[in-house]
Amino acid sequence: MNINRERALGYLREMIRVRRFEEKCAEAYSAGKIRGFLHLYIGEEAVACGVLPELSRDDAVLATYREHGHALLRGMPARSIMAEMYGKQEGCCRGHGGSMHLFDASLRFFGGNAIVAGGLPVAVGFGLADRMRRTTRITACFFGEGAVAEGEFHESANLASLWKLPVLFLCENNLYAMGTALDRSEADTDLCEKARSYRMTAASVDGMDVLAVAEAARAGIDYVRGGKGPYFLELKTYRFRAHSMFDPELYRSKAEVEEWKHRCPIEAFKLRAQKGGLIQDADIAAIEADTAREIEDALAFAEAGTLEPVENLTHDVYAREQRVAKAGAS
Amino acid sequence: MSATIRINYREALRQGLREALLRDERVFLMGEDVGRYGGSYAVSKGLLEEFGEERIRDAPLSESAFVGAGIGAALNGMRPIVEVMTVNFSLLALDQIMNNAATLRHMSGGQLSVPVVIRMTTGAGRQLAAQHSHSLEGWYAHIPGLRIVTPATLEDARGMLFTALQDPDPVLIFEHASLLNVEGEIAAEPRAVDIDYAAVRREGTDITLITYGGSLLKAMEAAVKLAELGVSAEVIDLRTLRPLDDATIVASVSKTRHALIVDEGWKSGGLSAEIMARIVEQAFYELDAPPGRICGAEVPIPYAKHLEDAAIPQIDGIVAAARDLVK
Repeated sequence: MNINRERALGYLREMIRVRRFEEKCAEAYSAGKIRGFLHLYIGEEAVACGVLPELSRDDAVLATYREHGHALLRGMPARSIMAEMYGKQEGCCRGHGGSMHLFDASLRFFGGNAIVAGGLPVAVGFGLADRMRRTTRITACFFGEGAVAEGEFHESANLASLWKLPVLFLCENNLYAMGTALDRSEADTDLCEKARSYRMTAASVDGMDVLAVAEAARAGIDYVRGGKGPYFLELKTYRFRAHSMFDPELYRSKAEVEEWKHRCPIEAFKLRAQKGGLIQDADIAAIEADTAREIEDALAFAEAGTLEPVENLTHDVYAREQRVAKAGAS
Repeated sequence: MSATIRINYREALRQGLREALLRDERVFLMGEDVGRYGGSYAVSKGLLEEFGEERIRDAPLSESAFVGAGIGAALNGMRPIVEVMTVNFSLLALDQIMNNAATLRHMSGGQLSVPVVIRMTTGAGRQLAAQHSHSLEGWYAHIPGLRIVTPATLEDARGMLFTALQDPDPVLIFEHASLLNVEGEIAAEPRAVDIDYAAVRREGTDITLITYGGSLLKAMEAAVKLAELGVSAEVIDLRTLRPLDDATIVASVSKTRHALIVDEGWKSGGLSAEIMARIVEQAFYELDAPPGRICGAEVPIPYAKHLEDAAIPQIDGIVAAARDLVK
């Protein structure tokens, strides 16, 4: 393993944080504390954990409705995310967004879009603004492979490539668009080929291997930041849990899920890091204990949170709630 | 006396664009054929030569992507003006307008601002048939988070864009196709206009004609004919369809005690229904007769001239309806 102990600990810690955080979300959901839709990232942690640390603070990040991990990794406090899911005003969006709509403008996390492919045109616009202002910032846009079937993917890929915009397209291919398998929805299942048809440089990587993801992300980021235009990175991964908490999973076999679970990104990484002598059992125990404390703290914070007064319901529909004074009116 | 110029609506729109581009370097224009072609309705003619390809940006026929890109650029510090060729085409971008532009501020708990301006042509009158001629601004006015403005005069055609660009929220500007060649005199020096208030374009005492956009001139002409018939009509130009300026409507209706709404959009579930509901809610006891409305016929706008004319409000129909209402 070609990394030092510090980085190995970092990857392990972040993947465990995301996993344990979401396990607690599922529990809180079952307990009726979190409502609405809850889409878990469990199984896909290596993707966000590999990509996000490679971005700089100035870059913009856009993600989907399966974005708890991305939000945590971008630096949003677990407290703020959990309180949001509890519908409390201490949450990042004061309880207006919930699980699918996490945002933190101060971290340039423009997160949670629940329209499949809805964030792609917006990401193109972020890239356009950065290009017009001659910055070195880039925009990282996460989306699932289901988005590739939407017209927005094709329009956005074409526009980004036509205008050579600094956008990194990150396609989290977990093989199922909700319950529809990729080969049941795409005439050509080679996603990189689709990106290349827009003259975009494209690559594919094992999304269950955090180190491979990090390396592939670095290559993509360097390319985009270097002003060469957009870049498409396919991250091959798998969702261990149901699409959302309402999904009975009729569309895939238990055997298939079990097979993928053997490739769990956390267990695989642990094993490699231990074999390489970078991590000891005690390290893992310490990470688990720290993570448990952080999540307990987040749960307590969310539990103790308060509800936004209903009188504020219509605030923030517009920036200015009042008409400006009529010119010349007394 | 300040100097005036003779100008048409198209040129007024162009001056508004030019002014906006000159005053703020974050402003750029993006859309189909806005550059080399000069704008499908020739509104942006000459701007490419003056401001260059970076700021007068021809986009492919990808309404969802370039409207979404306008939203993204606005979130990321720019002040984009996105031109959509006609309101019918804007439906291809409706997801971006509704699910992103209109919702992001509230959904993010007030963190995000989307200061994008989206301009589009609306309305019938040019025999362009059922996929280029509808008046869907009333639909858009249904959506909280958007500001909907409809310049009907030369001053507004020139001035509303700049005011819209100062707004921290998404503003949709609907420019009626039949107004493009309308000419008149306005102040030579561009003036700021508000996008908050309706305007009383003609004062009267017997009936209020409430309208906007492409129907304003028809209502004004109808008011002249009504005067000849001894009916004094007040004409309100709504200017902004969302938020509606209830106060101006109610004040006028309370004075004239009669209201007739003229809207090229369809009746059912339309803007005219909303205005009527507000009048009834807020001024029911001020009325001497039930409010009336002249609207677009409930059909896809047809091509043939006589059918198209019959499908949208016309001066004679407005006059007849107003006379009946005040009888």
